[in-house]
Amino acid sequence: MPDYETIDHDVLVIGAGGAGLRAAIAAAAEGVTVGLVCKSLLGKAHTVMAEGGMAASLGNVDDRDNWRVHFADTMRGGQYVNNWRMAELHAKEAPDRVRELEAWGALFDRTPDGRILQRNFGGHRYPRLAHVGDRTGLEMIRTLQDHGVHQGIDVHMECTVVTLFRDGDRVSGAFAYDRERGRFRVFRAKAIVLATGGIGRAYSITSNSWEYTGDGHSLAYHAGAVLQDMEFVQFHPTGMVWPPSVKGILVTEGVRGEGGILLNSEGRRFMFDDIPDNYRAQTADNEEEGWRYVQGDKNARRPPELLTRDHVARCIVREVREGRGSPHGGVYLDIAWIKGRLPDAPEHIKKKLPSMYHQFKQLADIDITTTPMEVGPTTHYVMGGIRVDGDSQMSTVPGLFAAGECAAGLHGANRLGGNSLSDLLVFGKRAGEYAAKFARQHGSAAVDQAGVDGAARLSLAPFERTTNGNGTGGTAGPYHIQQRLQTIMQDGVGIVRREAEMGRALDEVLQLQQSATHVGVTGNREYNPGWHTALDLANLLTISEAIARAAIERKESRGGHFRDDYPEKDPQYGTFNITLKKGADGRMQLERVPIPPMPAELKAVIEEMK
Amino acid sequence: MSAGMQPRTEKGTGVADPKSRIGDTGPVAGRSSPSAVPQNAPQSTATFRVWRGDESGGKLVDYTTPVSEGMVVLDAIHQIQADQANDLAVRWNCKAGKCGSCSAEINGKPKLMCMARLNELPLDKPVTVEPMRAFKPIRDLVTDVSWNFRVKQEIKPFRPRKPDAPDGTWRMDQRDVDRVQEFRKCIECFLCQDVCHVLRDHNKHEEFIGPRFLVYAAALEMHPLDVEDRVADLKREHGIGFCNITKCCTAVCPEHITITDNAIIPLKERVIDEFYDPLGRLVKIFSRRKKD
Repeated sequence: MPDYETIDHDVLVIGAGGAGLRAAIAAAAEGVTVGLVCKSLLGKAHTVMAEGGMAASLGNVDDRDNWRVHFADTMRGGQYVNNWRMAELHAKEAPDRVRELEAWGALFDRTPDGRILQRNFGGHRYPRLAHVGDRTGLEMIRTLQDHGVHQGIDVHMECTVVTLFRDGDRVSGAFAYDRERGRFRVFRAKAIVLATGGIGRAYSITSNSWEYTGDGHSLAYHAGAVLQDMEFVQFHPTGMVWPPSVKGILVTEGVRGEGGILLNSEGRRFMFDDIPDNYRAQTADNEEEGWRYVQGDKNARRPPELLTRDHVARCIVREVREGRGSPHGGVYLDIAWIKGRLPDAPEHIKKKLPSMYHQFKQLADIDITTTPMEVGPTTHYVMGGIRVDGDSQMSTVPGLFAAGECAAGLHGANRLGGNSLSDLLVFGKRAGEYAAKFARQHGSAAVDQAGVDGAARLSLAPFERTTNGNGTGGTAGPYHIQQRLQTIMQDGVGIVRREAEMGRALDEVLQLQQSATHVGVTGNREYNPGWHTALDLANLLTISEAIARAAIERKESRGGHFRDDYPEKDPQYGTFNITLKKGADGRMQLERVPIPPMPAELKAVIEEMK
Repeated sequence: MSAGMQPRTEKGTGVADPKSRIGDTGPVAGRSSPSAVPQNAPQSTATFRVWRGDESGGKLVDYTTPVSEGMVVLDAIHQIQADQANDLAVRWNCKAGKCGSCSAEINGKPKLMCMARLNELPLDKPVTVEPMRAFKPIRDLVTDVSWNFRVKQEIKPFRPRKPDAPDGTWRMDQRDVDRVQEFRKCIECFLCQDVCHVLRDHNKHEEFIGPRFLVYAAALEMHPLDVEDRVADLKREHGIGFCNITKCCTAVCPEHITITDNAIIPLKERVIDEFYDPLGRLVKIFSRRKKD
């Protein structure tokens, strides 16, 4: 009989980044008891890495902006396979969520008349991102954290959930271990909100930290929930490429928002060479106009560097592939050039992009005020996730909610920069409120003892198998299997995809799922990262299979999903989402689910903004 | 902290022969794939003397691992973890100096492991990597920093003045915001707490909140919208008087926050104004009344 502690909460929130914190605050405000589980220490979640800002049509810088423009921009960026209800709610509610942060102590950069300043970003028609230099995410998570700890929320730091329990159809609890001592905890909850973020660790080049192993996606899937849009992974166009140890670290889109340009080895500004038809009308066709745009000229159109991330990433891949890349396999991102335009350019750059300045100076010995950066695509974000109801954020499992990156729908095939932070706030709040409502309407649910015993046994199984700690003898070590998986996904289901390669990758992932059941770990249960990696592996393998299956099914190119063998968009594929569900036989089942028709008034908004 | 302070070095087991690892130098748990290293990259190794143990004691253990261009200490720790010691405990997240998780003492200096470049360290002798000393060790490089979270909760939270505009929003000047934004850059790595002698050497954790939370209090006190008063707490509950301005905290701050000059000294001045300057106090009360 395993030893464990049982803890009861009305609402359990799993994940303590922006979405989880906002959900916990919202649930606590409804008067229910709330537990908040963080995989790391509080305030360290990946939200701190968000740099550019949060998109909300406050209209402080350009008063032509409103929710309708933001809605249309989000749908266009997502190539119209978004959950339109979420896109509508997001555009309508984001301004209030930003203002609310200010009421909780956030300090955004200001306009000359003292209001919240907004900056340009890819795919947004008007300057829309409320920001704090290039550390907006830190400001947001700290504000939520410092406000949240006074709302009576029970915080469980450095605690990882390994499985969810169900009572009949509905969710009833979670099984977790604490990192510090490796002790088990059983959470009993009337409702659960998943806010676990992304899946970046499935790839070898990523901007994501060790935590982003698709936990929420996988927990929900194994609890019977439906995943959707898993083929849509966002490769951010600008990650660091040199030196090797920093490969993948994010370089904010804010660099381009402040006037940074992309150049190939021939010094050519290649983004002008390929402007998609649906963006032609709103994109500058010469450098002069692009510069005027970033300087705030309302009559200018935005430079092609601020096209959507999927497109910019592919243009960079093309330049590198055709031999016009930089020495370390990227292209150049140049902000230093503005010194010819602005008298105090170096100071301006340091003020607007302080962490970028710091990051390159410290990690690459490069002064970005004088020297161009080398950048290339990095796995950044997954648009796909848990299928949820647009209003309540409830998954297909009653009582199980999802918000933020682990939920699907808002971003469709491609997310616009800046729409993530606002997503966290808008849908974090909604998920927390509806989860509290669900908890009040439904009584307690039971956690089955056999389920607890099974979860404990599975969690401890890696200790039963011997390994010599380097994966070469005995059974395989967890790090080497994870590394193998990352290479498979990077090479087989990466930025540019082909049927045969994806098929091979899927086979290899399925084989790895077998070897992972043999993975062994050394040491004991106290703060043992080898053990943690072994347990996270199961999640990574589940979502990798989901990504590969969905990507093979979508035989077209759209948003973050680009197929070399089907390079065009196919209108047929714009009518449905691809969903994945665990079948009765335990195998992954794929389905094409039609997108419900959009109401006439939303259709009219899109027509009007074309 | 105990045994770690008297280094008793042991050779790590399972040290891979560097020659057999050519072309396989990528940090497995890091971001880049091994293929990112060019075939002709110069191969060399370095030795890391890592503290391994727990609350009951520990020792320094040597690990030799390949190094490549641009590597930071955290990369080396990850390589060791992947290849030689799967259970080596280390706390880290962003690996970009933004989350403040990987604080440690490298060759005795408090630093973020993810921002400590190997080319800035002498690699001809072992690089010592130890946990922060001002906190109780949990395991290996991980310490118990939960005290910090408890302390923060005791500081009175943000309380804004009434909104300036009918739509419920405020107006603030960028200049006023700038001053506080410096403090809000803090990534809560707790290196300033680690190096503060009041905590590190005198263990005044119950009486003194430490530089991190004096910065936090300063950010609230100087927030253009905040109307709460924390001055009495700073003196009585938070022990601001313990700080004797040695500026060690400022020296180690990875965000380059001018902790002592910009945060602590102005707070000390407020405490002095409030408690040790009766005339000034009277003037303040009087002017406050006039405003009402």
